[in-house]
Amino acid sequence: MQTIVAYVQNKPGVLNRVASLTRRLAINIDSLTVGPTENVEIARMTICAHTDERGATRLEASLEKLVDVLLAENISDRPMLERDLALIKVAADQQNRPHLMELIKVFRGRVVDVAPESLIVEVSGTVDKIDGLLEVLRPFGVLEMARTGRIAMTRGNDLLRPPAETPAPEATAK
Amino acid sequence: MKLTGAEILCETLTRLGVKHIFGYPGGAILPVYDALGKSKLHHILVRHEQGATHMADGYARATGGVGVAMATSGPGATNMVTGIATAMLDSSPVVCITGQVSSKLLGSDAFQEVDITGITMPITKHNVVISKVEDIARTVREAFIIANSGRPGPVLVDITKDAQQASAEFDWEASAPRLPVKRQRNNHDQEEFDRAVELLNSAKRPLILAGRGIMLSGAMRTFEQFVHTSDIPVAMTLLGIGCFPASDPLNLGMMGMHGEAWVNNAIQEADLLIAVGMRFDDRVTGDLRVYARNAKKIHIEVDRAEINKNVKVDAAIIGDAGETLAALLPHIHERDHSEWMTHITSSKGDSAVRDIQSLPDSGHLYAAHVINDLWKVTAGNAIVVTDVGQHQMWEAQYYHHNAPRTLITSGGLGTMGFALPAAIGAKMARPDAEVWVVVGDGGFQMTMCELATIVQEKINIKIAIINNGYLGMVRQWQEFFYDKRYVATPLVAPNFAALANSFGIHGETVTTRKDVVPTIETARKSDQTVLIDFRVEQEDSVYPMVAAGAALNDMIRRPNNPLVETATEP
Repeated sequence: MQTIVAYVQNKPGVLNRVASLTRRLAINIDSLTVGPTENVEIARMTICAHTDERGATRLEASLEKLVDVLLAENISDRPMLERDLALIKVAADQQNRPHLMELIKVFRGRVVDVAPESLIVEVSGTVDKIDGLLEVLRPFGVLEMARTGRIAMTRGNDLLRPPAETPAPEATAK
Repeated sequence: MKLTGAEILCETLTRLGVKHIFGYPGGAILPVYDALGKSKLHHILVRHEQGATHMADGYARATGGVGVAMATSGPGATNMVTGIATAMLDSSPVVCITGQVSSKLLGSDAFQEVDITGITMPITKHNVVISKVEDIARTVREAFIIANSGRPGPVLVDITKDAQQASAEFDWEASAPRLPVKRQRNNHDQEEFDRAVELLNSAKRPLILAGRGIMLSGAMRTFEQFVHTSDIPVAMTLLGIGCFPASDPLNLGMMGMHGEAWVNNAIQEADLLIAVGMRFDDRVTGDLRVYARNAKKIHIEVDRAEINKNVKVDAAIIGDAGETLAALLPHIHERDHSEWMTHITSSKGDSAVRDIQSLPDSGHLYAAHVINDLWKVTAGNAIVVTDVGQHQMWEAQYYHHNAPRTLITSGGLGTMGFALPAAIGAKMARPDAEVWVVVGDGGFQMTMCELATIVQEKINIKIAIINNGYLGMVRQWQEFFYDKRYVATPLVAPNFAALANSFGIHGETVTTRKDVVPTIETARKSDQTVLIDFRVEQEDSVYPMVAAGAALNDMIRRPNNPLVETATEP
């Protein structure tokens, strides 16, 4: 699994270009997250792809050839944090609810909704941790699940910033 | 000054230095055509939009500038797809402008609506939809920059009809390009550079692999200097032909599937390969597992994504070919590789069996004769535009190019039907040059409708059809690999000379070798287009041949057997 972080223009069609590129290179994406950055014109992507280092290097270089991709960097072998967020709706009744809560606590999950026959757990962390919780919850009956896919950031002074400043929108654009 | 979007487009193109537009009108691009009529831009009406893109491509390849093609929405735009992909694979700077339905109709399956930016996303360097008149000038200026910077490529600009019709203030200063600010990678890696220098100065059997990147960089002179200082022999890719004079003793000729045997053998024996502006395409490497196993490899390449893509290299220098070679030059020792060179050329002897050009007239007309005679008569000074197939390989083997941009051919995509329209584009770009089309009877029939364009535009090019009655290269594969089962390759063709006549073009048919030179000479004297139908040997093959996936030195050679009807002894 390779992790690539990219800064892209925050405008329609860019996600399509990135996805189209990975398809063309026959690289399977495990997860791809996009979100805005502190600069509204720039979005940040975390791409987790099933490929080897050579494939990741090629993907990184090919991504940077796209006009709308400002920077792409393979951070797989650098010290970094990876986080995934999940909402899991589990079947729960009066009897097993306390036991369930206990388990969720161990995984540092939070119960964010309780209904007579179910509850929703919010949990964030590494993929392994979420998979672990999921394993434990499965016997109770997982009714629904939503996961964000991974976001990643290199640790410490290893900064990955968008290149320079994008020119401010023209004054007349107001 | 308030102008319509269509007028802004024409004004922008004019200011960008555009003189010719190859296109075909239609509903969604009509406002632009109305404005074109009032501009000084020369519009060439094609007969099929694929032709427009090939013409723009040929125009770009002949000059190094940007070629412009135009079409309407829907089928007009989809007809461009093959031409766009052709330009993409060969890094040719082409800007395609398409009309699009009005922005309020987008996504409604309106008449002649097609998502052409979606369709062309993987085959353009960049593409964009413009739905606001205010964006036209800036976006078109950006398209020209993208098309012809770094590694060039096609850009498609799709303009909605309402944006063409709406009016806006036209201000050249305010519409300056505003391309996204990208990370500037520091591509200079001193370690890689030093390693390359060391390899260059210590190699005993080095070989340069020269590609089209040298031409795109305009680095011919620096390259020549580099070659002569280091005294390293040069092998050419198909698209590299012309970037280094064929007459130079260090030019060995073409490498690859139909490359010269001594070149392919030299690659396999070399201890160092210096790849400049080429991308180790499968057609030049053969089986990668046994490709140049004795050689260290240096890759000089502008596109980082090409490094280690097909062949793992020992030193990669990312950057413009000319700048990189100039940076290397002061570090390169003057070397003498004459021993290695003698070794390579000594094996030419056994390869020369394919040299049938000096054969006496045996009553048979071979394509090689035709092309070799064409080379002699034109003194190698013509721009030759070829199609794809056997004739293309024979051209590369028997027409010797000394100047850059004199061989125009579809390499990467291998697009049949490319030659005739691309030659029209080349002639528009270089009106003083002698332009020859070398095309097979198959490929010619794909785009021969452009003969009408030639007549309408009063263009003077010469067309040599290498007519063997087969889809020759496919037939050759069937002969070698499918036990001569010629399925769907025998090809009925019209009488090409008579066909030309019906267009108002002079046509000739040549069936014997003695008529080749006189017919070419007469054609050259004409100030109009002449088509010559050369009826050549039907089942001749291109030799040598490295079968797809075979090792580069594992070549099928011209059989030394008179029964094959290809006399081999001088």
